[in-house]
Amino acid sequence: MTQFLDISGLCARIDADGQEKEILRGVDLSIPPGEVHAIMGPNGSGKSTLSYVLAGREDYEVTAGSVTFQGKDLLEMEPEERAAAGLFLAFQSPIELPGVNNANFLRTAVNAVRRARGQEELDAVAFLKTAREAAKALSMAPDMLKRNVNVGFSGGEKKRNEVLQMTLLQPSFAILDETDSGLDVDALRIVAEGVNRLRSPDFSALVITHHQRLLDYLVPDRIHVMAKGRIIHSGGPELAKQIDSEGYTRFLAEAA
Amino acid sequence: MPAVTETREAVEKLGQSSYKWGFETEIDMDLAPKGLNEDTIRLISARKEEPEWLLEWRLAAFSAWQQMEEPKWAKVAYPPIDYQDAHYYAAPRKKPGPKSLEEVDPELLRTYEKLGIPLHEQALLAGVELPEGETARPPVAVDAVFDSVSVVTTFRKTLEEAGVIFCPISEAVKEHPDLVRKYLGTVVPAGDNFYAALNSAVFTDGSFVYVPKGVRCPMELSTYFRINARNTGQFERTLIVVEDGASVSYLEGCTAPMRDENQLHAAVVELVAMEDASIKYSTVQNWYPGDENGRGGIYNFVTKRGACRGARSKISWTQVETGSAITWKYPSCILQGEGSVGEFYSVAVTNNHQQADTGTKMIHIGRNTRSTIIAKTISAGQSDSTYRGLVRVLPKAYGARNFTQCDSLLIGDRCGAHTVPYIENRNMGARIEHEATTSKISEDQLFYCRQRGLSEEDAVGLIVNGFCRDVLKELPMEFAVEAQKLLQISLEGSVG
Repeated sequence: MTQFLDISGLCARIDADGQEKEILRGVDLSIPPGEVHAIMGPNGSGKSTLSYVLAGREDYEVTAGSVTFQGKDLLEMEPEERAAAGLFLAFQSPIELPGVNNANFLRTAVNAVRRARGQEELDAVAFLKTAREAAKALSMAPDMLKRNVNVGFSGGEKKRNEVLQMTLLQPSFAILDETDSGLDVDALRIVAEGVNRLRSPDFSALVITHHQRLLDYLVPDRIHVMAKGRIIHSGGPELAKQIDSEGYTRFLAEAA
Repeated sequence: MPAVTETREAVEKLGQSSYKWGFETEIDMDLAPKGLNEDTIRLISARKEEPEWLLEWRLAAFSAWQQMEEPKWAKVAYPPIDYQDAHYYAAPRKKPGPKSLEEVDPELLRTYEKLGIPLHEQALLAGVELPEGETARPPVAVDAVFDSVSVVTTFRKTLEEAGVIFCPISEAVKEHPDLVRKYLGTVVPAGDNFYAALNSAVFTDGSFVYVPKGVRCPMELSTYFRINARNTGQFERTLIVVEDGASVSYLEGCTAPMRDENQLHAAVVELVAMEDASIKYSTVQNWYPGDENGRGGIYNFVTKRGACRGARSKISWTQVETGSAITWKYPSCILQGEGSVGEFYSVAVTNNHQQADTGTKMIHIGRNTRSTIIAKTISAGQSDSTYRGLVRVLPKAYGARNFTQCDSLLIGDRCGAHTVPYIENRNMGARIEHEATTSKISEDQLFYCRQRGLSEEDAVGLIVNGFCRDVLKELPMEFAVEAQKLLQISLEGSVG
């Protein structure tokens, strides 16, 4: 128990075409405050499902287990309450919102969260100033704040936009679901730097990735291997290189 | 992705509480006896002290109406209307002809205050809450129509100085009879259709606007319609004439109390634009839509048409339709002048059991005439919404162009959206484009917004406003803010 994020025996399923499908089969994972953990694992092991369940997506039914986040029962909270409590999910495939201005969306979100946290709302001028600076730090084109949310964004732009939102929403716990997929080396570095800037004793993150490359820039405190809906192995940052050269076969064999 | 169970439940829970304009005003009324016959029409005409020619015109319309049948082609369903079971004239009793606000019944003034309609010119200039980021709000002249009559028209002096006439049409009949007689019924003839004929026979008030040659109307004009009395219909008639090189922007708003029975609103709006003239006509329609079981609400059967008579004239309709139990309305443009332009921007929102069949007609007669149609339809609950539009290009309309875009957004899985475009082209050189899409607010979009901290209601509001942006940006600035709020209120509780 870390008193920050504790996942214990978490099981969840989804109703896929009328068939109940068990995806998480007893996930145990604890993340202490200020630490960055990574989850790696083969496709279909339940990594994205874990991130959705933590963020409160309703399609998944939690059948067993518990998640406490900063002392509260996370599973009892609405998605927006989790956001207000400091949880942020950078989506693997960010969603397009046609006609919704990006800056307006960001400000609405930031102020909704600030309101819920008992902080003062930002006025348009103050917000734009902060947003522009944050966008610049991520090497985003200035017009991206004016465009519609994720509409017509390239894969890389979408990912940067996720990191921009994360920066502005100031979460205490961020889940990055394959934020590195589809990024070239330069973009990868910029995104990783964006995350690194947030690192502090008050910020933890769970990074879901397939590649060791991201973890070169974003050195995690712990790495977990996930397979068939469970964490089957955990280790230090050196684990990434081992997986990169050997694959998951050995861990899978051990777990079996 | 299908709507989740909670979504459907929430829709069912949506009560009438969200219609905040549903109060009733206690006021002493002058009411004509129920029923519709020649005597009723003579009584209305006499009450309004009308000239003989107008009475004759009304009676002719009435006899035409008696031969006509209610149109049945729209995709709306309602029990037969008993036209004899309504009052055709209802007016707040008053001393003859109040000339200033001081003479208007204070109860009426309070009503408009509650509705947020500024009737005090001073109040309008100062102390009105400003939307964020705006420093000053330009004044808007208001004509307030309560049941059958206009109670007050503001800023008339300022407008008079510019040469603009803005007054109740009943007054225009007396003060500017030649103008009224010259244009009344020239765009929508008395026998045009069932409801237009009914309106021509019994119309009681409405606004008259005349902008002389070369004048840009110095402020926005607006009419605010309120139905209050029970068992009455409202039949207003609006006539706007804009001379060569002149321009005007006009907005109408409307609300009604919540009642269990249905009430009929059958208005006629006629617009005339001469050479190089431009008319921008915006509507925020918010009649009582009925309760969550589809009981009560206004039947909104309206004929709106504009004639672009002069070369390079332009008529632009923008409508945000959130109210009424049934809406039957097709604001149209007759593009006669060479190079004239017609535009139709529409957002129609239906929830619960509302039905809307709305769209436009663009009739291309002159050379190089252009029209644009952007229609956004949002359906929630068990409502049904239809876009019905006609683009007709006549043989001499060389170089005519039309662009139509119809987008439907469905919320939940028990509502319907239909798109019925009619295209009649008799000129091979014309260019006509039609695009249509239907989409749903996806669970993905809602979840994305909620993960960022937005409540579900706010998320829907944001997505819907995004969907309607192309239309909302056509509204005058100060009304766009109103319209955005209204959209949100109309869809309150439409998702879990």
